[in-house]
Amino acid sequence: MARRAGGTGVARPSTGGRVPLGIMSVPSTTPRPVAANSVWPRLEPLLPQVTKPIQYVGGELGAVVKDWDSATVRWALMYPDAYEVGLPNQGVQILYEVLNELPDTLAERTYAVWPDLEKLMRAHGVPQFTVDAHRPVRDFDLFGVSFATELGYTNLLAAIDLAGIPLLAADRTDADPVIVAGGHAAFNPEPIADFVDAAVLGDGEEAVLEITAILRDWKAEGCPGGRDELLLRLARTESVYVPRFYDVDYLPDGRIQRVVPNRADVPFRVHKRTTMDLDAWPYPKKPLVPLAETVHERYAVEIFRGCTRGCRFCQAGMITRPVRERSITTVGQMVQQGLEFSGFHEVGLLSLSSADHSEIGDMCSGLAEQYKGTNVSLSLPSTRVDAFNIELAQELSRNGRRTGLTFAPEGGSERIRKVINKMVSKDDLIRTVVTAYTNGWRQVKLYFMCGLPTETDSDVLEIADMAHEVIRAGRAATGSKDIRCTVSIGGFVPKPHTPFQWAAMERPEVIDGRLKLLKQAINADRSLGRAIGFRYHDGEPSLIEGLLSRGDRRVGAVIRKVWENGGRFDGWSEHFSYQRWVEAAAEVLPTFGVDLDWYTTRERDELEVLPWDHLDSGLDKDWLWQDWQDALSEYEQDDCRWTPCFDCGVCPTMDTEIQIGPTGRKLLPLTPVNGLKLPTGAQQ
Amino acid sequence: MQRVRIRYAKRGPLRFTSHRDFARAFERALRRAGVPMAFSQGFTPHPKISYASAAPTGVASEAEYLEIGLREPVDPDALRLALDAALSPGIDVLDAVVATGSGLADRIEASQWRVELPQVDPEVLAKAVAAFSAAEEVQVERMTKQGRRTFDARAAVISIDVDVASATPSEASAVPCAILELVVRQVTPSVRPDDVLSGLRVVAGLEPPVAPKVIRLAQGTLTAQGAIVDPLDADRDGATIGGR
Repeated sequence: MARRAGGTGVARPSTGGRVPLGIMSVPSTTPRPVAANSVWPRLEPLLPQVTKPIQYVGGELGAVVKDWDSATVRWALMYPDAYEVGLPNQGVQILYEVLNELPDTLAERTYAVWPDLEKLMRAHGVPQFTVDAHRPVRDFDLFGVSFATELGYTNLLAAIDLAGIPLLAADRTDADPVIVAGGHAAFNPEPIADFVDAAVLGDGEEAVLEITAILRDWKAEGCPGGRDELLLRLARTESVYVPRFYDVDYLPDGRIQRVVPNRADVPFRVHKRTTMDLDAWPYPKKPLVPLAETVHERYAVEIFRGCTRGCRFCQAGMITRPVRERSITTVGQMVQQGLEFSGFHEVGLLSLSSADHSEIGDMCSGLAEQYKGTNVSLSLPSTRVDAFNIELAQELSRNGRRTGLTFAPEGGSERIRKVINKMVSKDDLIRTVVTAYTNGWRQVKLYFMCGLPTETDSDVLEIADMAHEVIRAGRAATGSKDIRCTVSIGGFVPKPHTPFQWAAMERPEVIDGRLKLLKQAINADRSLGRAIGFRYHDGEPSLIEGLLSRGDRRVGAVIRKVWENGGRFDGWSEHFSYQRWVEAAAEVLPTFGVDLDWYTTRERDELEVLPWDHLDSGLDKDWLWQDWQDALSEYEQDDCRWTPCFDCGVCPTMDTEIQIGPTGRKLLPLTPVNGLKLPTGAQQ
Repeated sequence: MQRVRIRYAKRGPLRFTSHRDFARAFERALRRAGVPMAFSQGFTPHPKISYASAAPTGVASEAEYLEIGLREPVDPDALRLALDAALSPGIDVLDAVVATGSGLADRIEASQWRVELPQVDPEVLAKAVAAFSAAEEVQVERMTKQGRRTFDARAAVISIDVDVASATPSEASAVPCAILELVVRQVTPSVRPDDVLSGLRVVAGLEPPVAPKVIRLAQGTLTAQGAIVDPLDADRDGATIGGR
């Protein structure tokens, strides 16, 4: 689980259009003035005593510092992990830019502080602060926290407490910000329901504008009814979930009986937001470029959102439907402007399955042509297992730099791949990898999961056969022994709003046992084994992620206990303590008549009320159940982009539709501009 | 290949930029500004940049130097403006001149530092400084990548004075603050301001209650009188190109 740094490329100046004179600005050579409510004078003397102080300083290109008093609505945005992980997060960058474009709105960012600084801040009374103008988080109207993973929950508690905000939403007053959770984990915010005031499901671009407008109006009216009225107004939108307005009743056996509103005109179900027409939202336009080293140093552009491949384990693919493509021309324009603004020399074309863009071929060859000879490197993460991807990778590496190739069959056996609906055959994989080797790649990475529903030892052991065959075929095709593959294994975690939301998790010791057998099987042939790298994580962190993913409000007490016992940065293997979670669960959960196993290794039945049933991702629960049954009978489901609609329910309930090309347009050559440029975009 | 030498400052909060952080930001700034860089040969070509003794992380500086190699000539003043605009405010490009003659590193003989010591009584500092000056040798310890090292911090110090003229620190506050002015010769192992502060602890038990604020004011060649000459002066050949 330790973080990996992104690859680095080779520096060369990029060519691009000249910035028109009218919008040039030469920043002043004096440092930023200190804001009136800044904690900087108190923070500054602490920084020489901590590691990597630069991460707390701000001053990134693209950062915006606005005048506090001239803003009506003030947002603090948080990614609840270390700066080096949080800064590159696309979601936060997009919302930061969208909000700061509003003249009366101000958005600043805050990240989790490492324990060394937390200790000093507590000793010296310095509260959680934003990196932009070092303002106390508690001074803001709204505190938005984006959760890509549930393992950020303890960092949320640390930040709330360090900000001087009451930990429980129920104890907050009009002097405290409204804490809003977002991101994929917010599709089941029940484990943090006691700590957040609201949660937003789905795309954030329009949601933050709507919340801003509600707050603005409420303030203009003189804040009638205080915090309660504001939350009620948010809840009435039917797309903002306010946990306090819902009561959860439990059955004697611990299962949920029902979740019902406790106030009039609060909706029974809260619906996710979907931003349609990505061409109308070409963010980030001004990506944040940090001075500190971060996990991704690249300009990332989302080429589409949503995925209907239908992999049954994949929460992202389920909750972001339908597929909405960004057009080839908008992508081209964003890349050009993003590189010019940032000075990055790496571009990532992001999505859940990038090779599925209807014009990916033209996009890759067009960009490769535009940046030929500039040493801008292009990468295409999340690709499929087929030869077409090798062509794309060839196209993208025309500049000479080869990026790594990763293929994700996800399951070791044909049978388990039918269960998870990952339609890749062994022959496809061997053919694809051999094509890569014959085209000059010396190494490929293969990604699998362990602990999948119905999995047996033999499903996992087939991974070894597959890896052996990859090496054997690769050696035969290239006539060289100098080829390698890396087998990388992740632990399966069942997620809400997926067909596997009912599934039982496998016990960590079973997972660890299977991985041990797999390692032996890989090394059973010494010649082949030497060419195969093996990377895996043990089963314990996955079990805790499983508790948090499918937890209900009672799990909140476990999170709190873990945080009180020092739990922080649970996404980092060197900080995560399985023991701490197990002990907290054993202390807290029996009082509710449940335990850790009840949440994780227990299979749910069709009629059980799930903690997130009142939160509407658009997916029809009957369809999800049917897909779960199809998984158990190893029946595959095709993609609705190419075959008829299979009635997952999203488009009709959300009033959305698939938005895909082809547009038929091509990327035009860029006019190279020589000479020095005065770039814009340093801090305002 | 044209070579241009650049002087830049690291100011305010951005003094916490490490040298690695600066190097990455500077390479991005070169791309943003469209500077026609020359590249090294080889499998992974790198832009030709050489840095002269960088100030430690957390130390501000008005006098950092580097040299870049260009594949086509540029006007140094236009380069200065473009690079300054491409870097965050707080990392400020002050001067750029076309390199002539001897290497930049050869012209870095000494640095002038200013150390603000909040909550330290100037008279207490003056006594410690007197004791330090009187000593022949002051052995101090520092953790380096090779482990703990012990070396003399005294010999490299050309001058050490308490600045009585400006009794208040640069960022106004009511707290008393003593200010130390240092000129230290470039030696190996390097003697940095924190080593001199260690020396003051060794000779007089001086323990600053809060973290000192250090700024490098100048570095360059050393005159017989102990003054420091901007290393770019020799390149200017009498004609001033860069603006301050």
